[in-house]
Amino acid sequence: MNVRICDSLFDPFEQIQLFQHQLALQGKFGATSIFIGTMRDFNEGDDVQAMTLEHYEGMTQKQLCKIIEAAKAQWQILDCLIVHRVGGILPNEPIVLVCVWSAHRAEAFEACRYLMEELKANAPFWKLEKLATSEKRWVSKNH
Amino acid sequence: MIYLRYFASLRETLGHSTAELQIFEPQTVLDVWQLANPDVPLPENTLAAVNMDYVPLSHPVKNCDEVAFFPPVTGG
Repeated sequence: MNVRICDSLFDPFEQIQLFQHQLALQGKFGATSIFIGTMRDFNEGDDVQAMTLEHYEGMTQKQLCKIIEAAKAQWQILDCLIVHRVGGILPNEPIVLVCVWSAHRAEAFEACRYLMEELKANAPFWKLEKLATSEKRWVSKNH
Repeated sequence: MIYLRYFASLRETLGHSTAELQIFEPQTVLDVWQLANPDVPLPENTLAAVNMDYVPLSHPVKNCDEVAFFPPVTGG
């Protein structure tokens, strides 16, 4: 599967390694482009203690698969992997991994950027922050 | 019957995450919101999906559809 939704801490580098070992493309890929998004301990000028990531089960997977199909139609990529965290999360923990394998670097760089931007714009996830003051607020700006 | 889903701040505002509604076609997504939540104006920037695909509020709804309403997404 190219899309994984994790409800506990994941190691992005382990995910990449495991997926890459299973690729039926050994010897074919010359470029691997990786984006990892990590939770910060600040946002909008406030200290953030923790976060809860909510998502729309089913629609998330459907939208991410559509994004991947669109990327495959646009660039000659060999394979890709998207992993996204849901549930409770703490600063320093990875939120998202996007990884693209291709023969040459241009496709890998461009498709990785595309996948990440499309994920941010279309995948139905929502962040609820718990501030250091214990106040909770929904993240409204999608930087 | 159609099946309603609400997420994130919208779910909190309404106090529930799911609902069912009997409709008589033709109805749009916006009609569905107004029938299901007559006392709550649809918040600005609300996104809608039918059967897990984004749709405009003018999109027609059919029996057995799953209709979801949610605020702008903030993943990644």
